[in-house]
Amino acid sequence: MATKFTAKPDELSKIDYKPPKKGWMDTPAEFKEHTFCWGAKGKNLNVVEFPNARDWSPAEEDWKLPENWQEIVLEGIKDRLGKYRSFKLFMDICVRCGACADKCHFFIGGGDPKNMPVIRAELLRSVYRKYFTASGKMFGKIAGARELTLDVLKELWYYYYQCTECRRCSVFCPYGIDQAEITMVGRELMNLLGLNIDWIAGPVANCYMKGNHLGLEPHTITSSMEFFLDDIETITGIKIKPTFNRKGAEILFVTPSGDLFADPGTYTAMGYLMLFHELGLDYTWSTYASEGGNFGLFTSNEMAKRLNAKIYAEAKRLGVKWIIGGECGHMWRVINQYMDTWNGPADFLEEPVSPITGTKFENAKSTKMVHIAEFTADLIKNGKLKLDPSRNNHLKVTWHDSCNTARGMGILDEPRYVLRNVCNYFYEMPEDTIREKTFCCGSGTGLNASENMDLRMRGGFPRANAVKYVRDNYGVNMLANICAIDRATLKALMEYWVPDVQVAGLHELVGNALVMTGEKERTQDLRLEPLPGKEAAE
Amino acid sequence: MKILFSFFAVIALILSAYTGVKIANLQFLFGVVIPYIAIAIFILGFIYRVLKWGSSPVPFCIPTTCGQQESLPWIKQNKIENPSSTAGVVIRMALEVLIFRSLFKNLKTQLKNGKLVYGEAKWLWLAGLAFHWSFLIIFVRHFRLFLQDTPFFIKTIAGLDSFLQVGVPLLYMTDVVLLGAVTYLFLRRVFIPQVKYISLAADYFPLFLIFGIAASGVLMRYFYKVHIVGVKELAMGLVSLNPVIPQGIGVIFYIHLFLVCILLAYFPLSKLMHMGGVFLSPTRNMVNNSRMVRHINPWNYPVHVHTYEEYENDFRGKMKKAGIPVEKE
Repeated sequence: MATKFTAKPDELSKIDYKPPKKGWMDTPAEFKEHTFCWGAKGKNLNVVEFPNARDWSPAEEDWKLPENWQEIVLEGIKDRLGKYRSFKLFMDICVRCGACADKCHFFIGGGDPKNMPVIRAELLRSVYRKYFTASGKMFGKIAGARELTLDVLKELWYYYYQCTECRRCSVFCPYGIDQAEITMVGRELMNLLGLNIDWIAGPVANCYMKGNHLGLEPHTITSSMEFFLDDIETITGIKIKPTFNRKGAEILFVTPSGDLFADPGTYTAMGYLMLFHELGLDYTWSTYASEGGNFGLFTSNEMAKRLNAKIYAEAKRLGVKWIIGGECGHMWRVINQYMDTWNGPADFLEEPVSPITGTKFENAKSTKMVHIAEFTADLIKNGKLKLDPSRNNHLKVTWHDSCNTARGMGILDEPRYVLRNVCNYFYEMPEDTIREKTFCCGSGTGLNASENMDLRMRGGFPRANAVKYVRDNYGVNMLANICAIDRATLKALMEYWVPDVQVAGLHELVGNALVMTGEKERTQDLRLEPLPGKEAAE
Repeated sequence: MKILFSFFAVIALILSAYTGVKIANLQFLFGVVIPYIAIAIFILGFIYRVLKWGSSPVPFCIPTTCGQQESLPWIKQNKIENPSSTAGVVIRMALEVLIFRSLFKNLKTQLKNGKLVYGEAKWLWLAGLAFHWSFLIIFVRHFRLFLQDTPFFIKTIAGLDSFLQVGVPLLYMTDVVLLGAVTYLFLRRVFIPQVKYISLAADYFPLFLIFGIAASGVLMRYFYKVHIVGVKELAMGLVSLNPVIPQGIGVIFYIHLFLVCILLAYFPLSKLMHMGGVFLSPTRNMVNNSRMVRHINPWNYPVHVHTYEEYENDFRGKMKKAGIPVEKE
């Protein structure tokens, strides 16, 4: 069906930012190859009882829509205007000052003017004006209103699956207009018509039935964990025995399933295992709540809540006291801003207290869920870990703030503190590309498929460009982060734009530096590569 | 097209006020009836819009966090950009509303030889700030027309505004600043290709309208002097609900007043409502404490989930084989 994505980096980085002469309302979306994902398969939508479940392709003329699709969308807009003040307000108050225009990674990397957040929003606003405002009904196009035609629907679909809900535009907007909120609504509307992409619908169906996006069944989780445990034994001489679905454990640990599946996420998982073992932490993994991430968030509010429900339900069933969450971006947006509201109150849990340091995690006293970077930073601050950062001396590390943890939570300095304690060479990227101004990996919100590589490489261009800067100036060779999607997507992004930089989760680096009780002299890092100065021992 | 439409719309408005007063002698319509209608539309429309926004709930706690969260006690929180207390939100909102802090952060992204560079971009912020503040000061200055005795603070503002002591009557700096800022805001919409691309008629129209208001105001203060005592009489009549039409005010005043009325009436129907909306924006006016205090969604409803029991039923055999504890043997 598709050709291979072959564009070279120097072709892709020639970007024309000049918008066309013709206005955006008069230019229907052109579905360019490698910029969009495949349509959701009927079977995946059926699993979660979504409407209009059928196999379809965005590339084909006929999208197999229900007869009354227009009515469904307009009804859907009306419903959401009544449910979300954010949506209603953001439909009304934009003054089109353009401050957001060059803040979006897709616009910076691609130059398509409809990827300026303001236009992406206008695509939907124009429909809103036509059907929900007096001026739009009366004056039509001159009032910025247009009818919801099939072309408009397709355009909405195309561009709402070219937004990663990263919120960078909302940092710069004088009214805080957040395209992520508008995209979320836009995608909900698409889902009313069965217009999800399969890269989201598949993981959602998996997560619903099997507990995690990757569809790892319980025995697969334990057996893949065996591989990590063997590797850890090879590296340290210590055999770790984690527990699964164990009742009465003090802590439930939930992390994205990506950490159990493919490197470099798997090295991060090894780091968690080693840390918890060294602490003698009374904790358990769960095969039912085996997903921290939530592709439901990229589908609809309701779907996200349905998937998220497993975490508290499992904590309750197992009778744990509180929960630690692993490294993941949108997972933490959900935990910080949605979980308690959806599925709380978690009054069957206790306010989290570190059993090692006695520190009370006051900022998590209602959700009862602590970020592992907070947990580890507290351990280090209290001198509870023996660390040998020189074991990471082969790495010149830079730090990527993930969109969601930066702009939907604000966990910025905890991971940096950990990083500074576990490695000796840490260099920040330029200040306009980190912290709240960080750039998306270009593949978030379920856009990390393989058929949209042009979009992904363009979207990740600003991030890669900043990494290139620290590589060229400081010899950086490792891009660390706390996000499973980053670990999966930045690897491809680096291979494309900055080939000699690798990607690691924070706790992989912790695992390298952690001096464990009774360990043998280490000669390898968690990737089974020789440690600096230990090459001869191999 | 959008520009010309907006431009001629304002010209048509000016001409209708001119012919209405100069030729048809409709002073009462333009001096009394239309102002009352416009003020009513403005007040009721503004309230209606704000109440309409307010009627939609804020189901989730969604501040855009622009700094370090409240965390472990030894980690320095950014209490303004990532507030966990109401005081922090108040300061964040005050900075947003009074000095346009988010816009102050604006950057210009440029691609130079394959490298992205981020430069300062303060002109929009500066022009926006100059525009809004000078507008506000001019608005406040006008209160001397509505009050029998000019209060001290209005005199002070007017005094400061004219402290350059240039010209007769004294030149108000805000008049110049407002016209300059509006001109800049218009020109950037014409000359910056991306900004031109995103602009609608609804963006040009208020700029032309406000330019028309400011220009007619300047003309009547400095050039075609109007009968100021008459203007005050008319204004006092309006506020005391005893409208009078003094003779010989001058048509330029009616043009000025009519454009102001159009602005007032247009306000609640338009993007100008950002004035009220900015206070309601959930990404700015919320506290980032949703892990500490449960945020309530008024329309939260139970959803269908895949329970643990169902999961175990699907996988019991495999779980037992892998040594994972199960509820039912």
